[in-house]
Amino acid sequence: MGVGKKKSSWFDEESGYLVRPYAISGGRTSPEGSDFALITLVVAMPASRTLDRRREQPELTAILDLTQERPLAIVEIAARLDLPASVVKVLCGDLLDKSMIAVKKPSHEASAPSVELLERVINGIRRL
Amino acid sequence: MESAGYSQQGGSQLAMPTALKILIAGGFGVGKTTMIGSVSEVPPLETEEYMTQASVGVDDLAQIPEKTTTTVAMDFGRITLDTEHVLYLFGTPGQERFWFMWDDLAAGALGAVVLTDPRRLADSFASVDFFEQRRIPFAIGINCFYGRRECTAEEVNAALNLRNPAPVVMCDVRERESSKRVLLALLESAKTVAIG
Repeated sequence: MGVGKKKSSWFDEESGYLVRPYAISGGRTSPEGSDFALITLVVAMPASRTLDRRREQPELTAILDLTQERPLAIVEIAARLDLPASVVKVLCGDLLDKSMIAVKKPSHEASAPSVELLERVINGIRRL
Repeated sequence: MESAGYSQQGGSQLAMPTALKILIAGGFGVGKTTMIGSVSEVPPLETEEYMTQASVGVDDLAQIPEKTTTTVAMDFGRITLDTEHVLYLFGTPGQERFWFMWDDLAAGALGAVVLTDPRRLADSFASVDFFEQRRIPFAIGINCFYGRRECTAEEVNAALNLRNPAPVVMCDVRERESSKRVLLALLESAKTVAIG
């Protein structure tokens, strides 16, 4: 989709990033106050539609655009915007602080999954 | 509350699906991306992560502690299992030893597939060690392109010197049904562990 590449003033088609990706996150590598996993799901809140986009960082609005219709994992946002996952975590931390997104952390259960959960996964894969 | 959509912070926690993950590990060029692509509902995507770490041990020829930055790339795909669960398949970086340092990648995984080229079993040793140590359930997929079958499950288990025999599945990961069989073997094995 190249949403980030096309729209971002940081990015030049031939040269790639004109600034180091961490300049986009203000040098921060981990978001404050909340922890995101690679598969934490992110969805834009309805309130984000009324946001004054001209005043926001382009990467933030790109994340909102991507997650308007359906939740996407941090890692999917990172791939579609061509940013490192840790930068996307920081940006999503900013969006969460502004109440522009809702997030869903991965299941605590996953490292010791129940038989019921595993059976749901098995059934889902069988249906493919 | 199921119909709350994503409109409310609290309600969205209930309505949003839960993400799960399975790792696809193995040596470079063994077919991890092919396997992901065969079952994913989206073409495999790639993302990068930069990791800063202290140089350690044998890598540090000068014996001077210093920080190095490594770029680790990995690809992944997505499978919507049902309305409440979405599964991500992560291919671990093939040539890159440092992915082991990337805790976020392995943390909370349901399990792992160690994809193996029957001619290069040794490429799997590091992955097998890693998952054994972390007690992450795994299955071994022997990727037999063009119907090659150069080893048996017993030979693989013996060669890898597994503490507990893992499921070994002969597969051709270009085929969706074949990739599904490997994933199902892993999940059945994880289920056995869960039952205790």
